[in-house]
Amino acid sequence: MAFSPVRVGWRASLDLAGQVLVYLAVPLAFPLAIAVYYGESVLPFVATIAVTLTIGSAFRYLSDPDENLGPREAFFAVALIWLLVAVIGSIPFLVVGVGTTAHPVNAMFEAMSGLTTTGATVFGDGDFAAHSRSVLMWRQVIQWLGGLGILILATAVLSELGVGGAQLMETETQTKDVNKLTPKISETAQLIWGLYVGITALAVVVYYGLGVSGLAPNMDLYNAIAHAFTSVATAGFSPEADSMGAFAPIVQWAAIPFMLVGSTSFVLLYLFIYGEPERLLKNQEFHFYIGVFVLSSALISMLLAFDGGISYGLEETVRHAAFNAASILTTTGYASADFALWSPGATYVLFLLMFIGGMVGSTTCSIKSLRWLVALKSFRRLLFTSIHPEAIRPIRISGRPVDENTIRDIYSYLLLSIVIFVLLTIVIVANNERVGAPIGVFDAMGAAASTFLNIGPAFGEAGPYGTYDGFPMSTKIVMIVLMWIGRIEIIPVLVLFTRSFWTS
Amino acid sequence: MHVVIVGAGEVGTTIAENLAADHDVVVIDIDADRVDSLQYELDVLTIAGDGTVLSTLESANVAKADLFIASTDDDQTNLVACGTAKTLSDVFTIARTRSVEYLRTWERTEAAFGADFVVCTDLLSAETVVRVIGLPAAIDVDPFAGGLVQMAEFEIDPESPVAGQTVAEADRFDSLTFAGLFRNGDMILPTGQTVINPNDRAVVIGSPESVQAFATDIDPETTPGAADEIVIVGGSAIGYQVARLLEQRGFKPRLIERDADRARWLAEQLPKTTVMQHDATDTAFLSREHIDKADVVVSTLDSDEKNLLASVLAKRVGADRVVSIVDSGDYVTLFEEVGIDVVINPRQVTAEEIIKYTYETVAENIAVLENDAAEVVELELSANSELVGVPIAELVPSLDAELVIGAITRNRSFVTPRGDTVLQPGDHVIVFVETSYVNELTGMA
Repeated sequence: MAFSPVRVGWRASLDLAGQVLVYLAVPLAFPLAIAVYYGESVLPFVATIAVTLTIGSAFRYLSDPDENLGPREAFFAVALIWLLVAVIGSIPFLVVGVGTTAHPVNAMFEAMSGLTTTGATVFGDGDFAAHSRSVLMWRQVIQWLGGLGILILATAVLSELGVGGAQLMETETQTKDVNKLTPKISETAQLIWGLYVGITALAVVVYYGLGVSGLAPNMDLYNAIAHAFTSVATAGFSPEADSMGAFAPIVQWAAIPFMLVGSTSFVLLYLFIYGEPERLLKNQEFHFYIGVFVLSSALISMLLAFDGGISYGLEETVRHAAFNAASILTTTGYASADFALWSPGATYVLFLLMFIGGMVGSTTCSIKSLRWLVALKSFRRLLFTSIHPEAIRPIRISGRPVDENTIRDIYSYLLLSIVIFVLLTIVIVANNERVGAPIGVFDAMGAAASTFLNIGPAFGEAGPYGTYDGFPMSTKIVMIVLMWIGRIEIIPVLVLFTRSFWTS
Repeated sequence: MHVVIVGAGEVGTTIAENLAADHDVVVIDIDADRVDSLQYELDVLTIAGDGTVLSTLESANVAKADLFIASTDDDQTNLVACGTAKTLSDVFTIARTRSVEYLRTWERTEAAFGADFVVCTDLLSAETVVRVIGLPAAIDVDPFAGGLVQMAEFEIDPESPVAGQTVAEADRFDSLTFAGLFRNGDMILPTGQTVINPNDRAVVIGSPESVQAFATDIDPETTPGAADEIVIVGGSAIGYQVARLLEQRGFKPRLIERDADRARWLAEQLPKTTVMQHDATDTAFLSREHIDKADVVVSTLDSDEKNLLASVLAKRVGADRVVSIVDSGDYVTLFEEVGIDVVINPRQVTAEEIIKYTYETVAENIAVLENDAAEVVELELSANSELVGVPIAELVPSLDAELVIGAITRNRSFVTPRGDTVLQPGDHVIVFVETSYVNELTGMA
């Protein structure tokens, strides 16, 4: 068989990936500083910084400055960056060699779950206590980076790739509007980063404020920073084994708006702050997303109130319902209570919320509100056009027509997501059966949706206070791959496995 | 008045015909044969040449002209002709355009293209269609301020819900002014307490939307409502504008367009219109979509032949009222003879608009009511106008005349006149006034 020449400028992709790996040394310095402050071992981070600088430099050395970074090279680079950063992110766990993450697959699972802002953990019961504060902070930092990375993909630099639903955003005009503010694309990126950093800083202030004011005594500066990172990134790791349940109710109330904001389009948030609030307030996707949150919170509250096995007070019922609905809908994955123990009705609502997700152009994962909104509207159109076949009815989002090709893409995306979810469920059930640890179908579906759609906690053993450690290694490897694929929205990874991507 | 007209097509010829008796008219056309024949038909000076060329305009003595009208069939030619004329003198220029885009550009700064007034054929035709469809009960309807304001006169039927109501009860619209009542030929300036009697004639001034809503109030039977079926056949520029204006007035029309891309474009632009992509002459389709039950069918296809076919077909399947656009003036009677209810010729509408303009001096626009007892005039206020700077509540009593300020437009948006509203230079004011005072009033603008 003759090989066709490779037509992807992979050296350009390596160059971009190399740059990212070199810059990865900067965020790694943060847990390093924590380690120095608390007098913990600095080795995990020094070693990781050395590795990332070496590989990054090697890539840059291999790169060819003459090659252009076109769409194909960018696809390759994006897939490569998410994979490599996760690999390097797992090094501190391996160097420390404590608990479940001493195993390379588990370490990789934890790092990929972090980078993809999933928040599913393989930490066992004692692991939170066994790990140093600096390593636990690294889990938080990598999630914050993952959120930042996806924001850049979705809103600015690489928005043409359509990752993060960028091509859906008010049919391109949204990104164009920000570009209008600043003609240079790098400046646009800076605006979005600035906003992301700003909201994170606000979260630190609020959480720490609750701590120092005595309302939430155990919320020290360390925890405030750690949770601010993973709230705004809609990521969900916590250095506490009980997640947000470890803190006073007021902290849980305070986290709800930060999760919701993290899942709101950052472009619209930017416009909201800088003089065009109506762009967000009149956005239909925003209405849909907030509507889903309010309705599901109300529904879960009712189901909890009627649940004989649960004896929450009124405030507690509403808080747990709203907090966990927000946590799952925004794809954060915090827990304020072990919802795996709730009655089936409430858990089914949470399971459905996993598939919805927040707004495009945010740090959220899953399928995203806009896709559902477009799909629902086009179902409704189908009902009309089946009676009036000649009628031309553009689908409108916030008054703007959506391109028909985009609608077809959304249909395929929905179908592809459902198919992958079902396949993953089968893998989980079959694999558990194989190793002699049968798993319930609903628990398997929960774990499949939760990892592939980057939510975090599922039900049963993998519940919010449980762990994914119980799954067979091979299942965990499949989950790692699917977290990776799911986070960068399937297409950029799958396209790498087509022959025409490389040769034609 | 020395008037120069560029373009001796239907529009130019109609205008020249009307003005030739009282004014010195020069007609320029690029077609020498056309110019020759015109010379024998009308008492005008004709010049064969390109109206966008300086030397042609010089030989037409544009430098001394009072009015310059560019009315060829080509938008760009008309706009360039106006710009060229402006280099010779500060003559008042009128440009005819088809495209609404040029009108919108001109509306941004009225210095654009060197045109002092732009008459948009497509928009004007669409506005005429919508008036005909929307206000069948009105005795008289006139647009003011580029269509932002409408004056309408209605006769109050004894059966009308507003008969016997006071003006305050009947006028529940913010942007509507109840300007005057005619009772047995006498003019009454109504107050809130004035009772509307049967057979009174009411003159209202306001935004087109509010006039439409008021028409529904006083004559719900004949005025089409949102539930009435209006079908537009043909998504031409005029068809699009008709649909857009109908949407603005609260209707939900249906529009049939054959071309797929055009239909998609129309559907994107017109959120409240149901656009259907099909051949409007397919009778099976027409009956499946119940076009036969339509209250109004408007035919705005791009050729007269197709319009004739579509209109006759619509009439035959049973549409109540059929309105058709006819491009060629020669066919207007033909359409009327075969039973089309209303026939609108864009060229005629344009020529009438331009001729109306030439009659007017300071007042931009005039509607004469009730055998000249009163007029509705539009004034553009100058910086040293005697009307600016005083609240309306003080201004109106200080004038020794029967008048009502019906509407104001400021920077192309509608301002409802209230007692404390102060007129500003640049405002367009639409005033209902007794005819004997018109000259004095226009002198104050």
